[in-house]
Amino acid sequence: MSRVTLTVNGSSRMLEVEDRTLLVDLLRDQLGLTGTHVGCDTSQCGCCTIHLDGVAVKACTTLALQADGSDVVTIEGLAPADRLHPVQEAFSACHGLQCGYCTPGMIMATTDLLARHPDPTDEQIRDGLAGNLCRCTGYVNIEAAVRTAAAALRAADGTAKGGQ
Amino acid sequence: MYPFTYHRPRSLRDALALLAADPEARPLAGGMTLIPSLKHRLAAPSQLVDIVRLPELQGIAHDDRSLTIGAASRYVDIARHPLVQQVLPALAQVADAIGDPQVRSRGTIGGSIANNDPAADFPAAVLALAAVICTDRREIAADDFFQGMFTTALEPDELIREIRFAIARRAAYAKFHHPASGYAMCGVFVADFGESVRVGVTGAAPVVFRWHEAEAALTRRLAPEAVAGLALSPQGLNADLHAPAAYRAQLAAVMLQEAVAQITTRTTT
Repeated sequence: MSRVTLTVNGSSRMLEVEDRTLLVDLLRDQLGLTGTHVGCDTSQCGCCTIHLDGVAVKACTTLALQADGSDVVTIEGLAPADRLHPVQEAFSACHGLQCGYCTPGMIMATTDLLARHPDPTDEQIRDGLAGNLCRCTGYVNIEAAVRTAAAALRAADGTAKGGQ
Repeated sequence: MYPFTYHRPRSLRDALALLAADPEARPLAGGMTLIPSLKHRLAAPSQLVDIVRLPELQGIAHDDRSLTIGAASRYVDIARHPLVQQVLPALAQVADAIGDPQVRSRGTIGGSIANNDPAADFPAAVLALAAVICTDRREIAADDFFQGMFTTALEPDELIREIRFAIARRAAYAKFHHPASGYAMCGVFVADFGESVRVGVTGAAPVVFRWHEAEAALTRRLAPEAVAGLALSPQGLNADLHAPAAYRAQLAAVMLQEAVAQITTRTTT
């Protein structure tokens, strides 16, 4: 067993883990953050996407000990408890999901994408979500949700800047 | 996963000592191949030595003739680095063509080269750009480095420090992605050094290789027409459930055309 110290959704956590523990299992089993899903176990589906030091990574392909000293944000930490993040709002408004299993990973990948490309082209959206599989919807509404979220975030950013 | 002990040494020297002391220990960089292999119980190392933060393996720098990239540089670092985009944009193009954003945020160039997957992208660029692989103990020319499927000139306890690329006048990479895995069904990297042209082909054979006939034709004249009729023999190429050898040979010819077209239609590299 080894000790791992990391910040999860703004809170500092210290945990004992087996060296082979995956970050996704630490989050789900030890911290109860079950919004991060395990979809494939072969590193292909992206359901387990979280932010590690600000960038989207697959938590099923990261050892908990590799994240020692890092900052982790999961779907639960994207917005305050009583509110939804604009990307979450957009996935709901555009019906960018069917069963919803892939959705937390899609949303974490989308927030990373929109941080890099606030006004993404269709190609940038498809490339940005290339690591996330949805087996229900066929992606049309997911892409619409990303465009809607991008517009909402740009509008909010413009309002914030205009108000200064 | 089988159990193992994880180490995160502070220096290259400490990492090398850990690897030298135990033949069953393995280095861990981004883990984008190794961790899935561990999960499938295809590998059972006794210890993992995490080298991704080692200070000796970081950084991107250049001089007049070469661009040097630290082995622990992640694909995303290479794709977005202003220096890479300025002096060898084709290398940024290769990094950006790998996997998906999550993979590019973790995978490293040193890991890709040391693993030497037959369908990995960077080996084609390393070979075509006549790179030198600088390890903890020696320098290895790319032509001597890639020896066979998942096999390189590295000793079991040897670590890549950095990769030194010759700066080409012009270069480009054309890749046909496998639609599910994102790996190269075939990828062709063309580098123009003025007096010579080098062509690296990945994804088509058990190990990356130089396409000498294409090099000779393009050295005479760097234009798509110069290699218009050129065919690659399917002899020795990979044949699997994704594609027969003849299909890969055809893909190589098409990717070669595409890479040369990219080079010749661009005003600058």
